[in-house]
Amino acid sequence: MAKSQSASLDRKKLLGDPIMVTTIVLLIVFLTVFILYPLAILLVDSFIGDHGLTLDTFKRVMDLSNFRKAITNTLKVGFVVGIASALIGLLFAYVEEYVKLRTKFMGGLFKVVSMLPVVSPPFVLSLSMIMLFGKAGIITRFLLKIYDNSVYGFWGITIVQTLTFFPVCYMMMKGLLKNIDPSLEEAARDMGASRFKVFMTVTFPLILPGLGNAFLVTFIESIADFANPMIIGGSYDTLATTIYLQITGAYDKQGAAAMAVVLLVITLLMFVVQKYYLERKSTATLSGKASRERMLITDKSVTLPLTIMCSALALFVIMMYICVPFGAMFKTWGYDFHLTFKWIKLVFTKYKGLKAFKDSFVLSLIAAPITALLSMIISYLVVKRKFKGKGFIEAVSMLAMAVPGTVLGIGYIRGFSGGLFGSGILQGLYGTGVILVIVFVVRSLPTGTRSGISALRQIDKSIEESAYDMGADSFKVFMTVTLPLIKDSFLSGFVTSFVRSITAISAIILLVTPSYLLITVQINEFAEKGSYGIACAFATILIIITYGSVLLMNFIIKHFGTSRRIKVKE
Amino acid sequence: MAKEKKGVRLEHISKIYKDPKTGKNFYAVKDANLEIEPGSFVTLLGPSGCGKTTTLRMIAGFESPDEGEIYLGDEPINALTPNKRDTAMVFQSYALLPHYNIFDNVAYGLKLRKMDKNVIKKKVTDILDLVGLQGMENRMTNQLSGGQQQRVALARALVIEPGVLLFDEPLSNLDAKLRVSMRTEIRRIQQEAGITAIYVTHDQSEAMAISDKVIIMNKGLVEQISTPQEAYYYPNNQFVADFIGEANFLKATVDAQDMVNINGSKVKCATGSLAVGGDCNVVLRPEGASLSDTGMLKVKVVYSCFMGPYQDYHVAVGDTLVKIQDYNPKNSKIYKVGDEAYLNFADNTLYAL
Repeated sequence: MAKSQSASLDRKKLLGDPIMVTTIVLLIVFLTVFILYPLAILLVDSFIGDHGLTLDTFKRVMDLSNFRKAITNTLKVGFVVGIASALIGLLFAYVEEYVKLRTKFMGGLFKVVSMLPVVSPPFVLSLSMIMLFGKAGIITRFLLKIYDNSVYGFWGITIVQTLTFFPVCYMMMKGLLKNIDPSLEEAARDMGASRFKVFMTVTFPLILPGLGNAFLVTFIESIADFANPMIIGGSYDTLATTIYLQITGAYDKQGAAAMAVVLLVITLLMFVVQKYYLERKSTATLSGKASRERMLITDKSVTLPLTIMCSALALFVIMMYICVPFGAMFKTWGYDFHLTFKWIKLVFTKYKGLKAFKDSFVLSLIAAPITALLSMIISYLVVKRKFKGKGFIEAVSMLAMAVPGTVLGIGYIRGFSGGLFGSGILQGLYGTGVILVIVFVVRSLPTGTRSGISALRQIDKSIEESAYDMGADSFKVFMTVTLPLIKDSFLSGFVTSFVRSITAISAIILLVTPSYLLITVQINEFAEKGSYGIACAFATILIIITYGSVLLMNFIIKHFGTSRRIKVKE
Repeated sequence: MAKEKKGVRLEHISKIYKDPKTGKNFYAVKDANLEIEPGSFVTLLGPSGCGKTTTLRMIAGFESPDEGEIYLGDEPINALTPNKRDTAMVFQSYALLPHYNIFDNVAYGLKLRKMDKNVIKKKVTDILDLVGLQGMENRMTNQLSGGQQQRVALARALVIEPGVLLFDEPLSNLDAKLRVSMRTEIRRIQQEAGITAIYVTHDQSEAMAISDKVIIMNKGLVEQISTPQEAYYYPNNQFVADFIGEANFLKATVDAQDMVNINGSKVKCATGSLAVGGDCNVVLRPEGASLSDTGMLKVKVVYSCFMGPYQDYHVAVGDTLVKIQDYNPKNSKIYKVGDEAYLNFADNTLYAL
């Protein structure tokens, strides 16, 4: 029994749809050239020497003690950050889902925390960590009178990354806890188990795979993170920063490529485990629909300590964000607390703040609609269509999620500085704004695609089929049915991609040329120099832009979005 | 009103799917040969997983057959995409476009055909009249009840005047009462429009109520193609007999042409082409027999229950349990559990397989 006829008929039907075929081909070319090719070049670079296949480059970099140190450093930080973020995330999720929150204030706190990962530019927590706890830190120096506290190194990175990444875990765990059928816990309670016993024997085992999932996701984020270790790492180098220094300091492109391969292998391994094992397992144990509402815990001996813990943490994080604008307005941080516009003025006069603002803004604004549309098209193809090459498109766009920015940056340097395969084709891209836009697109594509896919899965397949059946071709179906139905997802993809682009640093910092001034690169430069006032001023501008765009998006979705008006699933 | 009624012909159509668990290929539809007359109302009927929906989706073009060719009128359509086929489908979930109002939903297909605005307006108004939704043009889809939504779906399919109208279990999301009235409605509109209709359902009473012909499928195979009456009275096999209505099967031997022997009693029964002397199963519908003190076949009552229109009996014929519905029980003797009685068959009701 062979399925050959249906396969050939499906192919014929597909070929009768030229727009669709063109789209698929272009998409495959784009993904191949801008995601697969740079990674492949890294492999070529590090495995092929003057005399063919060799491991020499790897031997050479493995002999570097600072590289070996960086590997253990990175894994150590990733491990601790992963565990801490997962547990704090669980705490927050548990409090939100299980504990009766008395005040509106608490609800607001939780909402802010859940929004942080979306709007947070890199460095911000590192900057404020230094400003609060460093040598001139307000808390260490003025409240505790410690004059030589060092925040640089392992603990600095760990704390900052944990505070940066735990909100993601919180959102993941919240989704899981919501799906636990309350009757399971009530049954255990009914049979005489204490609340703690119920948590340990019912709730915890149910969410354990999900917790592992959250751990791995954070782990990957942590080892890929470039910005925080850069600012607050001091001499404690991680893989991302070591690779950066190898190429900017030692000009060793081949060595950097080999190091990048090591980092890539680690993240890819984690990603595969996370994606194909834990993610599946974490949802499989839960039925998906709660039969009825959960009885919230009102017992004061439980609620008080839990809510106090959460609010303290949340307030602390919020305070760290608020610290940054103040850093931009104090005369000399740590010594002179008179308010001044000196730094902000300096940014716009001496340091070309307006150009940095414009460059960042314009490039991100170009990248955002491209990313949003591209990710909607990919999700449409993946969810709704059957064709050869679909697996490729899905896999590669997900793969981009696991590629650390630094690795991608090195890949682009090696892959495009001499044109494709050193042939000069597409060499014109290198050093231009176009390649920056492409990097922005590639970096935000996975998030957009994931949100598009989950939005499209909500839509009954037959809605599109009915349009198709009545005579619309694929393009018409996509434009008149699919896109209007996932308008919200498109819009949030647009804004997310804009925010991610304008706050991006890891890949960009390797590719940007002096003709473009990007805000994030400026922050990095001034923070490294110790000019925290200027860095804070730049960061403040960034926070205002990102926060403003998210607010604007929420406003638009609320008033013009689709989800309020229509019920998508019948 | 349809431009042209079209017939549909399936020649040796098979569809192969891969079982996701075992990874093995299996036939979802196997060697289906169907001839659907222009203007007729034909139902694909069978239990879930029998291949009826797959067959319909192959006709619509959403699935491609692995063997055979599908003809719409005289045109082979295997390689045509759904938007190029002269078919229109009414979906189980209605599949209305939620971001359009009723008018725009119905006008969608006409706009794609680049018709004049005034023509579209006239056609949409007329068709909404036909399905009984006049004046609802500006409502959004979620402001309609399930039955109304299904009427919109029907109007939307009818308005483009397709050669063939396809229905994929259109009533299964409605409540029982509405189902009955809607199916009459669908039949009326189909006859008024004079359009060819292919209708998928697992509900045999629905199929019998509306179809000119039923195509009964099981496990990917077409078991019988006939009028509803033929399928009920002369089923091709036990599956059909059991699926269409309720059936008892009595083990018997063929004594002579149109005469069988059940448990030692000779009974008149249509035997068709069965060989004399062979074993057979006699199909007995519950309403085809009654109980009395004398008669053809001695039985023992094991269950007796008053149901209103009839007295429901389970009686033992030898080892076999037989369900009997004795109608108008007010006029006849009621037997209790444990009683002995005789079965009397109404004329022309038995059929041997």
